[in-house]
Amino acid sequence: MVKISVNGTMHDVDAPPDTPVLWVLREWLGMTGTKFGCGIAQCGACSIHIDGQVTRSCMLPLGQVGNAKITTIEGLSPTAAHPVQKAWLDLEVPQCGYCQSGQIMAAVSLLKQNPKPSDADIDAAMSNICRCGTYPRIKAAIHAAAGNAGKAGAA
Amino acid sequence: MPLPAMLAKPAQHKGAMHMNIARRQFLTVATAAAGGLAMGITVPQTASAAGAAPEIGIWLTIAPDDTITVRIARSEMGQGTLTGLAQLVCDELDGNWAKVKAEYVTPEANLASKRAWGPMSTGGSQGIRGSVVYVRKGGAAARAMLIQAAATQWNVPVAECSASDSVITHSSGKSLRYGEVADAASKLPVPAEVPVKDPKAWKIIGKGVKRLDTVEKLNGSLVFAIDVAVPGMLNAAIMACPVPGGKLKSFDGSKIKSMAGVRHVVAVGDDAVAVVADKFYQAKTALARLPIRWDEGANSNVNSADIAELLKTGLSATDGLGTGQKIGDFEAAFAGAAKKIEADYATPFLNHAALEPMNCTAMFTADRIEIWVGTQNGDAALAAASEACGLPLAAVKVHKHHLGGGFGRKGQQDVVRQAVQIAKQVPGVPVKLIWSREEDMRHGFNRPVSMARMRAGLDANGDLVALHARVSGQSIFAYLIPNGVKDGADPVTFQGWTKDELGYNAIPNLLIDYAMRNTHVPVGFWRGVNTNQNAVYMECFIDEIAHAAGRDPLELRRKLLAKAPKQLAVLNAAAAQIGWDKPAPPGVFRGICQNVGFGAYTAAAAEVSVSKDGVLKIHRIAAATDPGYAVNPDQIKAQVEGSFAYGLSAALYSEITIENGRIAESNFDSYPVLRMEDMPNVETVIVPSGGFWGGVGEPTIAVAAPAVLNAIFAATGKRIRTLPLRYADLKPA
Repeated sequence: MVKISVNGTMHDVDAPPDTPVLWVLREWLGMTGTKFGCGIAQCGACSIHIDGQVTRSCMLPLGQVGNAKITTIEGLSPTAAHPVQKAWLDLEVPQCGYCQSGQIMAAVSLLKQNPKPSDADIDAAMSNICRCGTYPRIKAAIHAAAGNAGKAGAA
Repeated sequence: MPLPAMLAKPAQHKGAMHMNIARRQFLTVATAAAGGLAMGITVPQTASAAGAAPEIGIWLTIAPDDTITVRIARSEMGQGTLTGLAQLVCDELDGNWAKVKAEYVTPEANLASKRAWGPMSTGGSQGIRGSVVYVRKGGAAARAMLIQAAATQWNVPVAECSASDSVITHSSGKSLRYGEVADAASKLPVPAEVPVKDPKAWKIIGKGVKRLDTVEKLNGSLVFAIDVAVPGMLNAAIMACPVPGGKLKSFDGSKIKSMAGVRHVVAVGDDAVAVVADKFYQAKTALARLPIRWDEGANSNVNSADIAELLKTGLSATDGLGTGQKIGDFEAAFAGAAKKIEADYATPFLNHAALEPMNCTAMFTADRIEIWVGTQNGDAALAAASEACGLPLAAVKVHKHHLGGGFGRKGQQDVVRQAVQIAKQVPGVPVKLIWSREEDMRHGFNRPVSMARMRAGLDANGDLVALHARVSGQSIFAYLIPNGVKDGADPVTFQGWTKDELGYNAIPNLLIDYAMRNTHVPVGFWRGVNTNQNAVYMECFIDEIAHAAGRDPLELRRKLLAKAPKQLAVLNAAAAQIGWDKPAPPGVFRGICQNVGFGAYTAAAAEVSVSKDGVLKIHRIAAATDPGYAVNPDQIKAQVEGSFAYGLSAALYSEITIENGRIAESNFDSYPVLRMEDMPNVETVIVPSGGFWGGVGEPTIAVAAPAVLNAIFAATGKRIRTLPLRYADLKPA
């Protein structure tokens, strides 16, 4: 048994310590908002927060989490009321939506560290793949959530 | 170098698949015919649970609180069709958009009603334009029924009643909400013929209303097929023979049976093996340790270089050709031309790489097969499940889920067949089959590999008098739907270049032909299909002609498109948006192009710079599109933006190559795609000319690459003719 904290709740997980956190969330805890896209930390669909820092969970072993607090998309705001989620809604960011959990988690982490990111900051921080091509709207929504007047909708 | 013998003829390994597809095609044709007859007449209504909202015709229900639930037969994979279709229905209904929801029609209900809801197939940018006639009639019929019900209740003539925003008003001033008369309306016959609105009367069609399916994509609550949890469910990981067409020879399940969670190791069809475990992670981990022996078949020595040699034979072939267009006498005009221009182009195989990997959950019992899947074709998924387990069509139940990307890949039912074949070996237990990214990349239905030899002749005045486009490449239909191949080509070979599409009708001597060169690599419909390669060949070569003739690339196109007003309009719109008539900023260079595909007109202009070190930066894209009627301008804008991410991924980065018969690429490390840092600003100009319904999801992909490639030439003097361009040295010459 491995103890982990997810969205403020402690869980006992009966999985080997080398099990990636992605699969612990999806298959042991039944939380499927965090997505499987590649399994090698390339696409970012599995992005979660470890103590507030965005992390790709598909290559993060369960045994390395320790006392760190995991936050998933389900823990961000169940009613989609987080400012980033609201900006995503206002600007109609998602197309298929599959990557958006990870994109939102990455954006929230970026804004925590850099409340007023420039375009270049966003380019550098947001490396998650979106095959539908919602990148311009993601960028605009990050600016909107940051309150960067005049930037939102520019893309 | 001699060619491997097997390359010279179409792949021979797909007997079983051909049989399945042939049957599916038959089914599609047969039911489509029946569906056409059924349209507009009353059909058995779907079973409604007690207390469920009354159905007003087949396309919608209205609850007592006025909630309108619109039925959607096509699939939603991000392209916004679900919202657009609901707009079409709600506008004709005169419903209150704020109270609209959407739900999928089930494939089994469509089957039972002889396709009352029309085809479920969602491809070819047909979601809106292929449904528009009958869904609008469905909304209009429901409106008529609701008004009739109110008129009957009031005992007044229908002509004295009107409807707006889900409220029926009598000329005396009294009113009833739709929810108040929905039950009575549901008991009325559905009128067979109802008028639909004049476009001038549209209130919801043409508005950029918000999508109906966004909130659940923001909090992780949307259940994609990969997220399905069925009680008692096991999970499966699969590996098919890495060489397409090869077979499974043997495997030793005893080596992994003791691994955590492993329940079963089963053969799937004749070419794959699956591990079924409590968790997918366990199944995947065990599969990696499973000893497997393959019979790789005749193609295990084929490499990309062999395929390239094969295609080169098609560039100069003189027989066995398919002909797209033949106007005048190209060879004679070319022979007599004052100036000749020739260039060869090449584009690679491409994987769709939808971010949600292929997956399907299935549960089999003696008399029933139930599947959960994100598919672009619910009807075909149902048929595939039936075929794969031998139960009749009526024994199949399909749960359709939103797709985590489709792009054409999820119109194929291979994963459904596999899931059902696995489930049949574990009766009564639901099994979710998930492909790893590696499996997804190695067993795609790739965009066909293709080359082109372009030739042009100019007269003494520098005018274009002769043009020949020869494409050599693999045929999608030869692989998927062989009976669709006719006279050396297939129905999508010449996309964008048909008589009705190609706008360059001022060229007096025009020849467009095709040398089919098939390989063992599976090919399929990749978002935009052959418009993508064809537009690169044509629009980059027109650019080459312009430079050879000393003409401005925009001016040359304007002249060639003189008799093609819709093409000209989008071309001019893109040029105006980019500011073609004004100088670009210092160090920035422009390219432009246009195309026609999927019933829509598109054009793009790009601004790029290339550093001294050869680093490309795409600063701006101006994109114009004329889809006829624009149902939801904001979603059209989203599709146009996204088309540049998809099209530029292909142009800049992506390539599937073949090594020893196998797909060499396996994941996003070896198959890079475009990310945020490379995404240009896209300025979309929608110029809807009205009078027709064109596609939106695909037509813009084709103009992404040529606009940028032409701008790169302007910046560097280098003409990139082989994609992807990540291998090209862009250092200015």
